[in-house]
Parts: sequence; C-alpha cells; structure tokens
Amino acid sequence: MWKFIVRRIFLAVIIVILGSFIIYGVMRAMPTSFVESMARQRAAASATTGGPTYQEWLEQLNESYHMNTDILSGFFSWLGGVLRGDFGDSWKYGVPVTQKFGEVIWHSVILNCITLVLQVIICIPLGIQAARRQYSGFDYGITVFAMLCISLPTFFLATLLKYAFAIKLGWFDLYGLVGRYHEQLSQGAKILDIAHHMFLPVLTLAMLNIGGLTRYTRTNMLEVLNADYIRTARAKGLPERTVINRHAFRNTLIPLVSYMSYLIPSLFSGSMITETLYQIPGIGYISYDAMIAGDLPFTMFYSMFGLILTQISLMLADIMYAVVDPRVRVN
Amino acid sequence: MSEMIKDNNREPQENLALDDGRRVKVLSPGMMVFKRFIRNRLAIVGICILIFMFLFSFLGGVISPYRQDQVFYKVDSANKEYAGAVVNTDYRFATVDGSPLSTMVRATFNSQVKGKPEESVTFTADGATYTAKKVDDGFWLITAGQDLGKVALLGKIVDVKAAEGKEISPALKEAAAAAAAAGQTAFELEGDAYTLTRDVGKSYRLSGMSEIALASLLNFDAPDPARAGLAADYTFRRNCETAMHRGEKAFEAGGETYTLNAVSENDAEVLDRSGAPVARVSNIIVNPVTSGVLLPPAYREAVTDAIANHQTAFEYVNPEGVTEKHTIQMRGNTYIISTVQQTYLIDMYAAPGPDHPLGTDDHGMDVLTRLMYGGRISLMVGFIVMILENIIGIIIGGVSGYFGGWVDTLLMRFVDLFNSIPYYPMMIIAGAIMDSFEVDPYLRLYMMMAIMGIMGWTGVARVVRGQILSLREQDFMVATEATGIRVSRRIFRHLVPNVMPLLIVQATMGLGSIILTEATLSFLGLGIKYPLASWGSIINSSSNIYVMTNCWYLWIPAGLLIVLTVLGFNFVGDGLRDAFDPRMKR
Repeated sequence: MWKFIVRRIFLAVIIVILGSFIIYGVMRAMPTSFVESMARQRAAASATTGGPTYQEWLEQLNESYHMNTDILSGFFSWLGGVLRGDFGDSWKYGVPVTQKFGEVIWHSVILNCITLVLQVIICIPLGIQAARRQYSGFDYGITVFAMLCISLPTFFLATLLKYAFAIKLGWFDLYGLVGRYHEQLSQGAKILDIAHHMFLPVLTLAMLNIGGLTRYTRTNMLEVLNADYIRTARAKGLPERTVINRHAFRNTLIPLVSYMSYLIPSLFSGSMITETLYQIPGIGYISYDAMIAGDLPFTMFYSMFGLILTQISLMLADIMYAVVDPRVRVN
Repeated sequence: MSEMIKDNNREPQENLALDDGRRVKVLSPGMMVFKRFIRNRLAIVGICILIFMFLFSFLGGVISPYRQDQVFYKVDSANKEYAGAVVNTDYRFATVDGSPLSTMVRATFNSQVKGKPEESVTFTADGATYTAKKVDDGFWLITAGQDLGKVALLGKIVDVKAAEGKEISPALKEAAAAAAAAGQTAFELEGDAYTLTRDVGKSYRLSGMSEIALASLLNFDAPDPARAGLAADYTFRRNCETAMHRGEKAFEAGGETYTLNAVSENDAEVLDRSGAPVARVSNIIVNPVTSGVLLPPAYREAVTDAIANHQTAFEYVNPEGVTEKHTIQMRGNTYIISTVQQTYLIDMYAAPGPDHPLGTDDHGMDVLTRLMYGGRISLMVGFIVMILENIIGIIIGGVSGYFGGWVDTLLMRFVDLFNSIPYYPMMIIAGAIMDSFEVDPYLRLYMMMAIMGIMGWTGVARVVRGQILSLREQDFMVATEATGIRVSRRIFRHLVPNVMPLLIVQATMGLGSIILTEATLSFLGLGIKYPLASWGSIINSSSNIYVMTNCWYLWIPAGLLIVLTVLGFNFVGDGLRDAFDPRMKR
C-alpha cells in the first residue's frame, strides 16, 4: 500500500511539472502579452516628458518579469521560485500571488461547501426514493429533472435566475458578494448580507450538480435493492423502513463516500463560470480575470493549483476505494 | 360473449413444433438493441427532440428567407433639429470697394460702439483715424481720413488735383481752394471735416473723411443666386438700409428704384419696379444645424416670416413640392427649428413581429435565422469534436491496451497528463491567443474544434484500453493470433468493434457536454465569433443588462435550444446504454 502511494505521489509530481510546463509554453506563445501592453501604456504616459520609449520600457519590463529568456529557462526559473515557495507577484493585481490567493480562496470554499451540503441533503433522499419506486411516475420525474439539471448550461441557468429573481422580483442583487452599504452594517448584518448575495450562486451550483449525484445514488441504491440480502431481510419480515435505512442505505454509502471523497478537492478549485457570472471574488473569477489579462504568474499558479487538486482527488479516489471496500486490492 | 372466447382460444390449439420458426422468433443482436431502445419512452422523446433540432438547424437555414448575416434596416421618423435662427447682435460690415475691413478696425469699432449712446464715435486703428456715425440703432456709417488730392498754390491760382481714383466735387474744390488761400489747415463742408497738410513748398495735401464702410445688424439675403450680386452691392445696401431706418417706402440705387415692403421694424422685403422680390433684409440669421446642408432662400424667408410673426410652427413647401411642418422653439437667444425627418436606421432589438418571429439582435439580424445557422455550427462542432476525440482515443487506447507493458505505461501516463491539464484555463488561454492573432472566424472555428478534440480524447482512450485489456485474453483473440491476422487488423477489426457499443453510448452522452462546452466558450466570447453564430454566442448578448431585461427573445430561445438538444442527447445516450446492456442500470 505505502509503496503504491509513494509511486503515485512521484508520478503526480511529474505530471504537475509537465502540465505546468505545457501551460507555461502556451502562455508564452501569446503574441501580445501583458508586458507589451504595459510597456505601450508606460511609453505613452512618458512620451510627453521625454521618458523611455516603448522599446526601452519593453526591455526593462521583460527583464524585471523574466520574460527576456527562452521558454525553457524561463520555466525553470519560475519552477525554481516555486520550489522556494515564491510564486512571484501577480501582474494584474500587483500583490504576491499567494497573498491574493489567500484573500479570495475562502469565498470559493464557502460557496462550494454550502453547495455540497445542500446537494447531499437534496440528492440522497431523492435518489433513494426514486430507486424504491423504480419505473413509477415519481421515478420518471426525478430522472427527467436530473437529466435537465445535467443539460443546463451554467450561464443560461444563471442568467435565467438573475432575470427571474434579481430583475423581475428584485429580491437579490445582480452581482457581487456584498451590498452597497456593506461597510456600514454590524457584524451580524454583514454575514446576513453575504448570505443574501450567495443565495443565487449557491442555487445555480446546486442545481447544476444535483443531477449527477441523484442519478448516482439511484443507480447504486437499485443495485443494492436487487441484492439477495435485501430479499432475505424482507423475507424475515423486517419493516420496510428498517430494510431501506439499515440494510440498503448503509451499503449504498460505500460508493457514495468514495464519490464524495473525489469531490473534496474540487471544493477548492472554485467554479470559474458561476463565480464570473455573479462576480463573486472567489478563486475562479479572480483567475478568469487574470487569464484574460495575460497575467502569467497568477495563471501559472492557478493552473498548478488545479493540476495538484486533480492529482490529489485521483489519489484519494484510488485510496478511498481500497479503504472503503477491503475487497479491492491495490496493485 | 362465450362464442368470442372460444374463437380466441382456438388459435393456440394449432400444434406447433418447439423449434418451429413461427413459434420462436430469433432476433439479431442489433434488432434486440433496437427493440429495447424503442420501448424506452424517454429515449423516444430524446430522438424526437434531436430530429426536430436537426430539421430546425439544417433545413431551417434553407427555408428561412434571410441570410445569417443579413442586416435589417428600418425607416424611422424622428423630430430632428433642422435649423437654428438667431437675432443678430453682431455687426456685419460692408465696404465701399468690397475689400474686407481689417480685423483690428472691426474689433475697435465693436468695442467703441458698444453701449454708447453717442451719435458719432472717433477711433484710431492700424494708425488711421476712423469716424463712425450712427444713422439709427444698429446702423453705422464708417468714414476714414483719406488722401483726396493735392492743392497747389501758384500765386493767385489755386490748382486742385484729385488723387488717382478719387473725385473732388466742384463745391469741395472751391472750399479747398479758399481754405488754402486763407492759410487754414482745416475746414468743414456739408458737415464733413477736411484737412490740408503742407507737403512741399506751397503745395498741400488734401485729405478728407470719406465713407468707407457700413456696419449693420441686418442681413441681406437674395431670393435666388442670380440676385446675390445685388445684395452684396454697397450702394444698394447702404441706400436700402438708410431708407429702412428712416421709415421710407422706396429708395434708389444704381439708377433703379426699389420699393420696401416692411414686415416688421427690422425686417423688410425689397421689390424692384416690376414687383419681383430682389432681397430680404432682416436681423434674423438662419443657419442649418448640420454642416453641408444648404438652406434654400425660400426656407430662410419662411423662418424669418414665422419668427417675425411670433409663430411657433409654420409650413414650408420644399423644392420637391412636399409640404413640411416645422416647429420653432426658443432656446436662449436662439430659435431652434425642428422638423420630422425620415432616417434610415439599423433595426436593432426589434420586438418579435410578423417579419421577425423572434425579433432582431444587436446587429439588426433576424434572431430566428441566426438560431438556425447557429444550430448548424453547434451541432457540427459537437459531431466533429466527438469524431476527433474518438479517432485519437481509439488509436491510443487500442494500441495501449493491446500491447501492454511499457507502451501501455507510457501512453497511460500521457493520458494522465492530458487529463489533468485544467480544461477551462487552457481553452481560455487558447481563445485569448486567437483573439490577439485576430484569427479569421472560420479558421477559428476549425482551430477551436481541433483544440477541443485534443483536450478531450483521454476519456475515450481509457475506456477503449480498459475494455481491450479484458477482451484480448478471450478465446477469439487467441483464434485471430492462430490464424495469423496482422496486428493492426486484430486491434481495429476484432477488438475495437467489441468496444463500439460502449463507445456509442459514451459518444452520445459526450456530444451533449461538447455542445455545452462550446456554448460556454462562445458565451464567454472565446469561441465562435461574429459573423458566424452559435447558440452560445447568441446568448452572449444577454451579458448586456439592457438586453437581458428587455429582450427576452434574444437569449431565452437560444438557451432553450441548448438545453433541449443536450437533454435529447442525454436521453438517447441513456436509452442506448439500457438497450445495449440491460444489466447496466441507469
């Protein structure tokens, strides 16, 4: 087992480095980089005072941003910084990347945690009920609803919700995490204000994710309900509640827990589209803005963060699979 | 009743052998799948949705009377400002010889005259002395000292010679001679002052104040260009204005007699002997609001009339013979004349109507037509990317699964690498790169499909490899080896077809998510670009709050089409999975 984990970690490190390199290469291939537009701005600003020209600014900025090297050595100098814990300063936000990350990550985590809890509360009972009444009208309804949620494009759902709740009913603000008078509010009211602004994003994310988990629960529950030991439990005259809650559901938990453990790292990855649409300053929205602006350090950090999260969740899935179900042998 | 039951019971009594073809109906595996599939209600709904979508997109574009990039215009009539009129408060100058008066003189005159009740003002400018005499309020005649000629005293004979181009009247001659003889240096005649300055010996230079220009607040307009010369003629202007200010009804200029037809105090029409109008004199100046428009004299006259009569609206028959209604508004010192004008506009955000069932978008294009063409692109992107993913995935997965060993390890690590590259960041960066290269929209479409394919094949490769790993141990593979079939044929003719059912299910479900991804990218402005349309890029207009609030027909139909299409693919994929393998539960 340990040997497997060590090998997996070793592999993960290589994948993270190679993946970062690919992203770095693509970023450097951008013809009009952030540095060039900055140099152009500064040259225009200093043109009247006889300051440095565009070319001089470009050279100066390229040097200070380590852009005057070729891609390979540029990447290794970046990687060297990363190994010393230095991700550099964000070009767009002008603060160290890690500091900006620390400021915004919790918005994403809170958003995703609430969504996950909501999702579990809604999906598992729905999935179980649908499985118990297989092929009934309720089951069809749930199936269609779950499919509909999977098929909804994030941006369309978000726009619809904003249209209905923010514009037509006026219950919520269109954008942002805090209201206009947030700073004047008391501590408790501040939290309520944020909760109020998080309602629509949470609803959006929950609706998008409900489909998958409901269907997963239903499939696994069906599998368990068709098992022989359920027939035995019923045959020996146990009440239906006990059969479902104690015998069937507990066995469904095995795949569910492994599915959940797979979700945990994604709590940190943010949800780029939803955050951008509601302008929630979480890691997704901030990174999207940085990427559009061509902010190399921030994009590299976010990509590396994503790569690491993917590797962790893959490893967790492998390990949890073995932990939850001892019949699985790791090779 | 019982008769019927008997009838029904009769048929099975016919004796059939157990293996009789009529008794056991053997279905081919394909037929079994098909039968199971069409029994699935949701799958049928999905198929119906998809058929509708394909007809809508591929046939709709043919049926639609419009092209996808056809821009519609509308004729709108709007009350637009057409001309402005002001009561003139600036003096206008006209000179005797027609040459312009120097700026210095004009400025000095304006500053000297301003707010002074005097009848006469003397000022110097550019080293010369000028005298302005007020004829009436707003009408001054400017005189300047001018060299008139020479006066030479030869004993008792006085010789007065006029300077070149000047004329000295006999009375002036006499007066000048008398003054020179008396040794005076200045004398007066008929109210005008003259000076004599000693030149050389007994010769004097005679200079007198003669009229050189007039300053007036009135404006002369000729009714037609042929008469413009007369309106610019100094004598005509001078005499006309003098007559006007004195309240006379007629005046003479250049040997002609003209009559004045006064409209108001500062407004009159000048008629010649035959009664034809030759000029309009007024203190109102009419200018067009937009430069480059020439207001016909008749229009100016109509405006002047209306203002003089304190009307707020008037009618004017334009040269084409159409009667236009104009309204006059007072704004500050200016009269604003506006009229209803027809303008040719791009028909943006038109509400649904008979011509455009779903209105028009921000480029003035028919939304329904764009939805049809957008559907083509969305569906095409879905299929092409899916095919691309499957080609790469089958080759890599097949090779990896069949050979195993280090080939497998290497290829699977490659799959891992591609699998963990964050999808959206990669697509966003790629979109930004294409933005900065300003790639042609069509090329961009192909590039996007290629990138999506390259980023998405790993799932297929994993499935193929996993299936082939178990399939290659089976007996039929041993048989292919024994018969000596070559490797590529073994993989792609014997192994891959066995994976096909699973791949078809996956591909159908995947189509939906590819369409979603493409729509999301286009929504973010990183995918399909104008003039091409996709459903996602059509919804993109809803990021404008105005559109989102007021133009539901721009974004809701496109969103519904995406949802329905993806739902259709998911239903069909689900149905196919159940049909291929009933044990695989939903």
